Amino acid sequence: MSRLEIIKTYKIYIGGQFPRTESGRYYPLKNKSGKVLANICLSSRKDFRNAVVAARAAFGSWSSKSGLNRSQILYRIAEMLEGRRAQFIQEMQLQGSSVKAAEDEVNLAIDRLVYYAGWCDKYQQLFSSVNPVASSHFNFSVPEPSGVVAILAPQENSLIGLVSAIAPVIAGGNTCIVLASENYPLCAVTFAEVINSSDVPGGVVNILTGSASELIVHFASHMDVNAVVYYGSNEAQIKLIQENAVANVKRVFIHNKANSLDEKAQGPYHILDLQEIKTTWHPIENIGAAKAGY
Amino acid sequence: MAKKETPKLDFSKGWGSTFAPAPESTSHIQVKKQYDLFINGKWVKPESGKYFPSINPATEQVISSIAEANEKDVNKAVKAARDAYNKVWSKMPAKERAKYIYRIARTIQERAREFAVIETMDGGKSIRESRDIDVPLAANHFFYYAGWADKLEYAFPNRMPKPLGVAGQIIPWNFPLLMAAWKIAPALATGNTVVLKPAETTSLTALKLAEVIADCGLPEGVVNIVTGAGKTGAALVNHPDIDKIAFTGSTDVGKIIQRSIAGTSKKLTLELGGKAANIIFDDAPINQAVEGIVNGIFFNQGHVCCAGSRLFVQEGIADLVISKLKDRMETLIVGDPMDKNTDIGAINSKEQLSKINDYISIGKNEGAEFYQSSCAIPKKGFFCRPTLFLNASQSHRIVQEEIFGPVLAVQTFRTIEEVIEKANNIPYGLSAGVWTDKGSKIFNLTTKLRAGVVWANTYNKFDPTSPFGGYKESGFGREGGIHGLHSYVKF
Repeated sequence: MSRLEIIKTYKIYIGGQFPRTESGRYYPLKNKSGKVLANICLSSRKDFRNAVVAARAAFGSWSSKSGLNRSQILYRIAEMLEGRRAQFIQEMQLQGSSVKAAEDEVNLAIDRLVYYAGWCDKYQQLFSSVNPVASSHFNFSVPEPSGVVAILAPQENSLIGLVSAIAPVIAGGNTCIVLASENYPLCAVTFAEVINSSDVPGGVVNILTGSASELIVHFASHMDVNAVVYYGSNEAQIKLIQENAVANVKRVFIHNKANSLDEKAQGPYHILDLQEIKTTWHPIENIGAAKAGY
Repeated sequence: MAKKETPKLDFSKGWGSTFAPAPESTSHIQVKKQYDLFINGKWVKPESGKYFPSINPATEQVISSIAEANEKDVNKAVKAARDAYNKVWSKMPAKERAKYIYRIARTIQERAREFAVIETMDGGKSIRESRDIDVPLAANHFFYYAGWADKLEYAFPNRMPKPLGVAGQIIPWNFPLLMAAWKIAPALATGNTVVLKPAETTSLTALKLAEVIADCGLPEGVVNIVTGAGKTGAALVNHPDIDKIAFTGSTDVGKIIQRSIAGTSKKLTLELGGKAANIIFDDAPINQAVEGIVNGIFFNQGHVCCAGSRLFVQEGIADLVISKLKDRMETLIVGDPMDKNTDIGAINSKEQLSKINDYISIGKNEGAEFYQSSCAIPKKGFFCRPTLFLNASQSHRIVQEEIFGPVLAVQTFRTIEEVIEKANNIPYGLSAGVWTDKGSKIFNLTTKLRAGVVWANTYNKFDPTSPFGGYKESGFGREGGIHGLHSYVKF
């Protein structure tokens, strides 16, 4: 008698925990032939709000970790993903990918995590400056993370879009809430399991599944979210985000027609998007015979 | 036994009254009776035919009449800017662009005295500040960004920066010429053309700048200046052929702008309000800190978005700091802005004065302890004595809301954790001040304060090379320095 396989329950990921949605709602994910692959959580506004609380709580310690430490943690995510590549390839096949496409996508996702791991302790020097002010002051500018970032991940793929969206945000010391692709959510949930076993503190990355059209207003209007990143080209949704972001002057970044599979979809400027520049002044007793005078 | 009174310093007699008036001369400046709009390199009458008066807030006298631009005028200006962008400015070699901007810087320097006097007449700030701060900084801002024009590829490694096109820029009344410089200089250096709208109470120095720009021979339409109030600004923001909006002003108006451009491809930078914490630790250099408090809140009559309007003093030194602060406030000379001895000039407008006075009543009603300098203020014109509210609490409106006047809300604290929590617990995040002689404490604080500019053992310093801008509801984007280029390029 053949062994009966254990089917995974796909959950969401909030504050380092794997609950089902508090709403109890789900949507069936079907393959091409109509077979139900999983009952995916249809996350609610309340799930999102819980995730924001978790992300805010995690922000203080995540943003104050050293670049080196964040770098090692991102590298650890890549290691874990590498170890579970077979599972991701299988899930992508279930969702309709060819083996070749699935392998390419997982490889790229792993490489992209390693790429951003390398940036964690480097972008600061790239975007910092010591400013040669004319008065007798020492003056320097450094990037600091914007805070809690709400991300609507690309819809067209399961893993690479998600990774491309998350990596630069957390590399820069932000915490985030991500809504996975509605039609390809399997890898997103499994990626949450990878994150959970990678020394990423709970709350730094929170992953929800569900409907963008339902949650988008809440992503954009929540008063404790500092920035929204949207991948897609639905103009009505873009406008909705931009309008609702006004409530607390959120930073909004729209990646219209972004192709995550492209090499150009990565770079330190993606990290810079979610940084604030802080400038600090301090008097110097005497420079060029000019007194600082406080 | 009678209670021992602390002697009160009286500066109304003795050396205080021996300061003879030292008014700056206004004989060498040229202000026309009436100003038209500066569109496509020419002075153009407004379509509406309407003009509004610009008054001197220190005397309430009309200085000049200013054209009110309506939608049709804004259309003309944007078209001129677009044509100039397409036909001339975007095609010009960058080093030539640079030379024009250098010319502007030089001409402002040559005419610095005139600019300072007009700035003070029109806006009410003391001549000492317009002469020593506003005008030199404005000239230096042009000079600094001129140099970037042909070096942009070094500012963005591995990228090819390109101009955006036409920038619509709206500036406030607190630093009229300086804000014009902050907006125009980086936009031109990166190859954009500009339509600028000054604030309606302070149009004059922007219009004088238009004269300079014409004198410098800039190609027609590269810089256009349209005057008017909110409606003119709205026409600019909503114009379909604008690629970028840069706004400095209140958070309320900033939000209106952010909402109105939602769903368009316009880029946006906002430099909005603030309510900065100025934090004095018990190991601070106290005399310097008191100067810093005064400079933080009374500079430019408190009409400063980054003003240190919330003072946090560590409990152990609170009495000493407050008593020194009160003494120092007594020495501040409030009055004729044209007098070189004046520290605090006129409040910019009648509306602003009444807003400040409203907040003073609110503060009193909320139960904070009110204190004002006993100085005399002129009978005519809009003036406000330097004001303190002691024992203010976090929930008070005078602590939470931007007053934009010479009113300081004072709170005390015990621990570092407490003051960080209180300092950050506000929707704004523009600036902050820290006073302590301990280096590690400074860096601890400056790292944890969520604000775009942090002054440690100093306050209210500005420089063209130093990026300025806010966190949270104080806006986004930076002005100044290499970071200021980012707001005007695409890749």
